[in-house]
Amino acid sequence: MDWGSILSNVARAAIDEFTAVFALAAIGLNIHFGYTGLLNFGQVGFMAAGAFGLAIGVTYLGLSFWLSLLVALGASVLLALLLGLPTLRLRADYLAIVTIAASEILRFILRSPSTREVTGGSYGLTAFAQGFYRVNPIPPGDYGFGPFTYSANETWLLTVAWLLVVLASLSVWLTMRSPWGRVLKAIREEEDAATSLGKSVYSYKMQSLIYGGVMGSLGGLVLAVSTQSVQPDVYSTPITFYAYLALILGGTARVLGPVLGSMVFWMVLSLSDNVLRQAIRAGHIPESIMSGTQVGQVRFMLVGLGLMLLMIFRPQGIVGDRREMELDA
Amino acid sequence: MRRVGVLLMTMIMGWLLVGVMPAAAQDASESVRGTMQNADGPVEGVEIVVQTAEGEEVGVATSGEDGTFSLDLPGPGDYQATVQEGSLPEGVTLRNPDRATLEFSIRSNQSRPLLFPLGEGSRNVQSRMLITAVQLLIEGIQFGLIIAMAAIGLSLIFGTTGLVNFAHGELVTFGALSVWAINQLFGVHLIPAVIIGVIVGGLGGMAMDLGLWRPLRRRGTGLIAMLVVSIGLSIFLRYLFLYFFEGRTRPFAQYAVQSAWVFGPFRIVPKDVVVIVLSLLILGAVGLMLQKTKIGKAMRAVADNKDLAESSGIDVERVILWVWGVGGGLAALGGVFFGLSQQVSWQMGFILLLLMFAGVILGGLGTAYGALVGSLVIGVFVQMSTLFVSPDLKNVGALLVMVLVLLVRPQGILGKKQRVG
Repeated sequence: MDWGSILSNVARAAIDEFTAVFALAAIGLNIHFGYTGLLNFGQVGFMAAGAFGLAIGVTYLGLSFWLSLLVALGASVLLALLLGLPTLRLRADYLAIVTIAASEILRFILRSPSTREVTGGSYGLTAFAQGFYRVNPIPPGDYGFGPFTYSANETWLLTVAWLLVVLASLSVWLTMRSPWGRVLKAIREEEDAATSLGKSVYSYKMQSLIYGGVMGSLGGLVLAVSTQSVQPDVYSTPITFYAYLALILGGTARVLGPVLGSMVFWMVLSLSDNVLRQAIRAGHIPESIMSGTQVGQVRFMLVGLGLMLLMIFRPQGIVGDRREMELDA
Repeated sequence: MRRVGVLLMTMIMGWLLVGVMPAAAQDASESVRGTMQNADGPVEGVEIVVQTAEGEEVGVATSGEDGTFSLDLPGPGDYQATVQEGSLPEGVTLRNPDRATLEFSIRSNQSRPLLFPLGEGSRNVQSRMLITAVQLLIEGIQFGLIIAMAAIGLSLIFGTTGLVNFAHGELVTFGALSVWAINQLFGVHLIPAVIIGVIVGGLGGMAMDLGLWRPLRRRGTGLIAMLVVSIGLSIFLRYLFLYFFEGRTRPFAQYAVQSAWVFGPFRIVPKDVVVIVLSLLILGAVGLMLQKTKIGKAMRAVADNKDLAESSGIDVERVILWVWGVGGGLAALGGVFFGLSQQVSWQMGFILLLLMFAGVILGGLGTAYGALVGSLVIGVFVQMSTLFVSPDLKNVGALLVMVLVLLVRPQGILGKKQRVG
C-alpha cells in the first residue's frame, strides 16, 4: 500500500473543485434546511438548472458565456418559483416529495430524445466553457507545491470556485444575522408564531427557496465549467444526498458548516476509495469479494450509512448546535 | 392569489415543455436542420423541400444514414419546408399528416431545428388509436395495481407512524430479489418461491421496524430526522443490492417469455391476466382484512387517531409492527409482479417509489383505500399518456399530476383536510 499517494490524494480532495461544488450546493441547502427548515430534496435540480442554463445559453441560444450565466441564474430562480408555488403552503414532507420528483422530472425532460435539439439528449452538451478559460489571467505553467500542483487553467478554476464559496458564505453570514435572517429562523422554529407577528411565512419561504436555489445553481455552474460538459444523468438524486450529508456532517445552521462538511466528506470518500482500490490491487481484498467497480458502490453505501448514523447519533454534525437541529414536523 | 399561481405555473410549465426558444447557429449563416427518425431508428433518404414564403424553391435536404438533414439558406426571412411523402420508405408515415409543411422564419445567423415526427399507419388512424388506447388502458390498470400493492404499506406506515418512508422502494426490491434468488439460485419453482418471498418481505418489513424505527420512536427522534434517516437507509440498501446483484436486469426462471392470447385486434400475455386477477383478489383481501378483522380495525384506528386508539386499549406498537409486516409483504408481491413484466433489477423499487408517492398523494396520504384509487389513476395515466407523449416522458406526466393535485386538492381524493396542516 502506497500511503504517500493515498494521503496526497486525500489532501487534494480537500480543495478539489468537486469539494467547492458540493460546498456551494450544501450552502444552498443550509439556507433551505438549516435556517428555514425547508426540506428540499431536489437541490440537484437547481444544479442542473445552472449547468444546463449555461450550456444551452451558449450552444443553443448562441449567447456569450457571460450572458449565459444570467440565463443559468434565471433558470434556477424560475425553478424555485415553480417548486415553491404548489408546495410552500403545505407541510414539510410534501415539499420533500415534490422537490425530489421535480429534480427527476427535470432530468427526464433533459435526457428525452424529444428535447435533444436543445439539451443534447442523454449525451448532453459540450464546448460551452471556453469563454471562462479565455479570460484566464494566470499565465501558462504549473502552480503550487507537492500534491497541490495545478495547471494554469486548474488554478484559475479553483480560484474562482473557492472565491464563490467565500462570497456565498459571506452572504449567508450577513443575511442570517440581519432581521430578514432572523425571520427565517423564526419560521423554522415556529411557523405560527412568525405568522402571528405579521410576517408572510409563504413569501419568506419563497425567498429562501430562491436564495438557496441560486447557491445550488452556482455549484452546478462550477461543475459544468470544470468538466466542460453537462450530461443529464450526472444530475440525478444521489447528488442531492451527497450535499445533504456534507451539510449535516459539517453542521447545519452554521455559516461554515457546509464548507467544512464538504471538505471532510470528500476527504473521507477519497480515503475509502483509495484504500480499497490499493488493497484490491495489492491483493489484500480478493477479487471475488470486491472488484474495482464495486468500490464505487461502497462509496454510496458509506454515504447512506453516514447519513443515517449522523442523523441518529450526531444531528448537529461537527460544529453545529444541537438546539438548532431540533426540527420536527 | 392561488388562481393566479395556478395560471402562472401552467404558463411556465407550458413554456418549459414546449421550449419555443429561438435557435442560433455556431457558424455564421442561416440554416435548417433536423433528424428523421421513428421508433425503429433513423430514417434515411427522406426529402424535405424548402421554399421561400413566396413559393420559390430554395433547395432540397435529404436525410442521411443517421437520419439527420440540414440545408443552408440564402439569408434571414420567412420559409416553408415540406416533407415529400413519396420519399418516405414503405410503412413509414408522418405521425401528423396535416403537418407535412412547416412555416417558419429565420433570423440572421440562426440554425433552426425542424421537427417532423414520424409514426406508423396514418390511414385508419382512429381505429388504430382506439385499439392502442384499450391496450394501454389494460396495461395501465395492471401497472396501477402493482403500484397500489406496493403503496398500501407506504400509506399505512405514514398513517400509523407519521413516517414518510423513502426506503419503501427498497422493500419492493428486497422482495423481488429474494424471490429471484429463491427461484434462480435454489431452483424453486416461481409459485412457491413467491409465497416464500412474500413471507420474507413481510419479515423484512418487521425487522426494519424492530431494528430501526421502533428504537428511534423510543428515543423521540423527530419525524423530519426520521425522514432523512429513511433516505440514508434507501441509498444504503439500494447500493447493497447493486453490490450483490450487479447492474443488469434478470428474468425469473418461469413465465419470462409467453406467447400472447389474441382476441381480434387485442393481444394479452397470460401472465398479465394472472397478475391483474391475483392483484384484484389480494387487494380485495387486504380491504376485507382492514374492514373486518380485529387487527385491521386496529390499524385503521391507529391511523385515524393514535392517542385515542392507545387509550382505548390498542397496543399501538404491536399494530405498527403488523403494518410493517403487511406492508413489506405487499411490497414484495408488488415487486414480483413488476419483475414479471419488466424483469428484476437493483433499482426497480426506486423507480416505483416516486410513482407510489404520486399515487398515495393523489389518493390521500395515510389512507389505505386512497392509495389504491390514487395508484390506479397514476398507473393508467402513465400508460395512456404514451398515446400523446414519447414513452421516455411517461413518468413525467404522472409526477406533474401529483404536483397539480397538491395545488388544487392537497388532501387528495379520499383524504381529510386536517391531515395537510
